[in-house]
Amino acid sequence: MGKVIVVTSGKGGVGKTTSTAALGAALACTGSNVVVVDFDVGLRNLDVVMGAERRVVFDLINVVQGTAKLTQAVIRDKRIDTLYLLPASQTRDKDALTEDGIARVIAELRMRFDWVICDSPAGIERGATLAMRFADEAVIVTNPEVSSVRDSDRIIGLLDSKTLRAERGERMMKHLLIARFDPVRASRGEMLNIEDVLEILSVPLLGIIPESEEVLRASNLGTPITICGRDNAPSRAYFDAARRLAGEDVEMTIRSERKGLFSKLFGRKAA
Amino acid sequence: MRLFRFLRPIRSAPVARERLQILLEYERNLVSQTDLIAVLREEILAVVGRHVTIDRDKVQIRVDRRAELSILAVGIQIPNETRMAAAARM
Repeated sequence: MGKVIVVTSGKGGVGKTTSTAALGAALACTGSNVVVVDFDVGLRNLDVVMGAERRVVFDLINVVQGTAKLTQAVIRDKRIDTLYLLPASQTRDKDALTEDGIARVIAELRMRFDWVICDSPAGIERGATLAMRFADEAVIVTNPEVSSVRDSDRIIGLLDSKTLRAERGERMMKHLLIARFDPVRASRGEMLNIEDVLEILSVPLLGIIPESEEVLRASNLGTPITICGRDNAPSRAYFDAARRLAGEDVEMTIRSERKGLFSKLFGRKAA
Repeated sequence: MRLFRFLRPIRSAPVARERLQILLEYERNLVSQTDLIAVLREEILAVVGRHVTIDRDKVQIRVDRRAELSILAVGIQIPNETRMAAAARM
C-alpha cells in the first residue's frame, strides 16, 4: 500500500507545484513508483512543470466520473520510468470533484503506487480540502514571509480538523518545507529565519529550499528541478527532503548557491 | 542623517516575527471559538429538538468573552402551538 502525501500551503505562488514535481521525481529516482496528482482543477500547472502538457488526453475528472480508466489517464514520465502524472482538468471546475469519487481514485492509486503526491490548489476552499482529505501525511510549503506563514498556520488547522485521519482521531503527520529561503538576508535580519518559522508554526522541518535562479530555469524547461541538474543547491535540498520524507535521517543543512559555502550546519534533525 | 541611513542595518525580520506571533495567537483563538459555538449549537439543538419542534433558523447562540467570565447566551424561538403540543404529550 502506497503512502498519500498532500503538498499544500494556503497561499498561492509559494512553490507547491515546483515542490510536488521535485519531490516526486526525487522519490522516483530511487526506484519507487510515484504518481504526482494535480488537484488544481481549472488552473492545472503540474503538467507544464513536468513537461507533459502536450501528452494530456484524460484527466482526474474523467477518472472520478468514470469516463476514463486510471491507466488511460496517468502519463508516464519520459525521463524516469517509475514517475507518473495524473493531470487535472483545465476546462471543468472544481465542483466536478466529488468526495466519493476522489476516495475511489485515491484508493486505486494507493494500490498501484508507492507514493501518491497530491498537489493542492491554493486557498482553503473545496479543492484544497479535497486534496488533503485522504492524505496520510502533509508537506506544508512556506516562504519566510508573513502572509505565507499566516496562511500555513490556517492550513495546519484544517489538516488537524478536516482530514479523514483527523476525524478518526488518528495522527496527521505534518512536515514543513521552507522554500525561497535566502540565508544571507536571514542572517542580516532582513528575512524571518528558520528558527522563527519553526517556533511560530511548531511543525517539524522537512527541508530548506534556497532561493535560486535554477528553479525558474527548470520550470522554463518543463523539467522537475531534481531531474534538471543534481549539483545545484535547490535540487540537492529537494533530494535531502525526499530522503527525509522516506524516513531517512539526513542532517539538516542550508544548501547555498555559493560554491564552498554550502553547508551551514544546523543541530536540528527532521522529526 | 538620511545620508548615512544605508549604514544602519535594517532588521525588519524581528518585526515580522512579533507581528505574526500576536496575530496568530488571536486567530487561533478565533477559529477554536467558532468551532466551539458550532459544536454547542448542534448539541443543544439535538437535545431541545427531542422535546419540541424548533426552527433551526430561529436559534441564536453567542459567547460574550469578558475579562472575568464569559457568558453563553442561547436564544431559541419556539412557536406557541408547538409548546402546547409538547405540554399535552407530557
